[in-house]
Amino acid sequence: MSDTLEPPAGAPEPPMLHGVLLSDSHGQRVLHPTREQYVTTVRTLLDDTYSMCADLTAVDYLTFPNRTLPDGIAGERFELVVNLLSIERRERIRLRVQVPADDPSIATLFDLYPGTEAMEREVYDMFGIVFTDHPDLTRILMPEDWDGHPLRKDYDQGRIPVQFSTDFAARESRP
Amino acid sequence: MNDAAVNDAAVNDAAVNDIVGTIRAGNEPAQGLKPRSELTARELLREVGAVLRMSEAEAAKLGDLPLDPADDQTMIINMGPQHPSTHGVLRLMLELQGETVLRCKPIIGYLHTGMEKTGENLTYMQGGTNVTRMDYLSPLNNELVFSMATEKLLGIDGDIPERAVWMRMLLSELNRMSSHLLFMATNGMDLGAVSMMIYGWREREEVLRFFQKVTGLRMNHNFIRPGGVAADLPAGWRDDVLHLLEMIPPRLEEYDILMTGQPIWRERLQGVGVITAQEAIALGATGPILRSTGVPWDLRRDTPYLHYDEVEFDVIVGSYGDAFDRYAIRLNEIRESIRIVHQILDRMPTGDYRIQDKKVTPPPRARIDESMEALIHHFKIFTEGFKVPEGEAYVAVESPVARSAATSPATARPPRTACTCGRHRSSTSNACHT
Repeated sequence: MSDTLEPPAGAPEPPMLHGVLLSDSHGQRVLHPTREQYVTTVRTLLDDTYSMCADLTAVDYLTFPNRTLPDGIAGERFELVVNLLSIERRERIRLRVQVPADDPSIATLFDLYPGTEAMEREVYDMFGIVFTDHPDLTRILMPEDWDGHPLRKDYDQGRIPVQFSTDFAARESRP
Repeated sequence: MNDAAVNDAAVNDAAVNDIVGTIRAGNEPAQGLKPRSELTARELLREVGAVLRMSEAEAAKLGDLPLDPADDQTMIINMGPQHPSTHGVLRLMLELQGETVLRCKPIIGYLHTGMEKTGENLTYMQGGTNVTRMDYLSPLNNELVFSMATEKLLGIDGDIPERAVWMRMLLSELNRMSSHLLFMATNGMDLGAVSMMIYGWREREEVLRFFQKVTGLRMNHNFIRPGGVAADLPAGWRDDVLHLLEMIPPRLEEYDILMTGQPIWRERLQGVGVITAQEAIALGATGPILRSTGVPWDLRRDTPYLHYDEVEFDVIVGSYGDAFDRYAIRLNEIRESIRIVHQILDRMPTGDYRIQDKKVTPPPRARIDESMEALIHHFKIFTEGFKVPEGEAYVAVESPVARSAATSPATARPPRTACTCGRHRSSTSNACHT
């Protein structure tokens, strides 16, 4: 159990919102829906004045498999992070959805927030998470013929060979 | 997909699975516009308010058209990536019917430099040098939001010394002025008021000169850091700011003469690029774009950070959501920033400019000469960085230009820094156990 999440003393009932596990992170509310609950939860929040999707991004937790998550949430390699904003109530809420590495796909939010189109394309481009039913799932930042998804942790940063490299063997073999 | 089954949900699902299957097999779709004949009515309808602007009836009519590619009387051409009207590089893929643009797909990424990937290998101390470059028009706001998110994770966000907070406000407002001045300059140039470019750059340069005096650099300052700011304000800073505050308002009056009241200027902006409040919200637009549609949303007022709740200013709101409103809002926001800076000058407290927390603050330069411990402390902080506890935080600030940054850091190095387009700056932090 994370120390940021404080369950009420003596009551094992975890806090819930719209049937989804709710946790607290530095005073900010975070929802942890499953992939199946994801779109339904967002739709409920949209009806509940959360009219703007401020941000949609992802994190690759390949190198941090044992991160702290609320009880009942099994950490997967990818995590989709969605920030919703209620202009009426001046509130924000964040959703963190676990996306497994062997099936990196999740439903699109395009029907609810058209502005997520580009953000989902970016997540697809950078992490290789496929958004089902997205109207135009193509790379957005990297060139079309790019190989791999650069923000994955197992994607090497790469180097540009420089003239003054100490790798003498490589220098000599250069035409 | 045959035309009888265009709206058939089952076939649609099969098509979606098809796309997913192709992507998994390593054959990714090309970055092109799909031929209109291949779009379903449902897809066209969904795009209302997003990329495509057409009425529902029009879209529905398109769905009824026989799917005959030979009858597709449209042409797709590229504008850019090296077009004089696109500052930086941007390619617009346009679908034309005669001289009418039917659809437009912007192709971006030409300036993508992988800063998020770079950030993964930087410590929190070095992170500022990276995020400040994400948007060279508002570097101080980038640093501010990164620092605020890091401070939240460290749990020191309430302990930042007063002087540091007011200094951050001063710099962030001056940065808003310099950013909006550049907006005036480049937009004036694009719309035919070419002399405006020089005037805008001239005023911006005065602001940058002040930044240079305070931080040492015109831009990419790395001045606002976790725990406070890098140095105190230099001697004579108050006079420099007062000089700016006296110089800029009459120049803004000149802009009014050159642009605001000009019939040509008005012709070219009024009623152009109109978006409704509903569209702006659906698309996630914030800042001046959202305010131009009449939504009074300003993070400085609505979710106050720093000490914005203690200063008086107006949130400038438009009423038509057109290009003219977006211009006028920025022009008047410079005036509001001047108002805020006047109040900051009155309220600027004395005291420390960074938190005295040995965990995040390097020792003063003079101590390094006389104390071995201070030298080691300094070395450790700058080589290894400081450790940030596991957790995640989200911080949003009202930033002058369209960017929003999200960082997800771990113990010593943030494993994830992301930056997307929006109209305010924001920051998420996800930290993990090592």
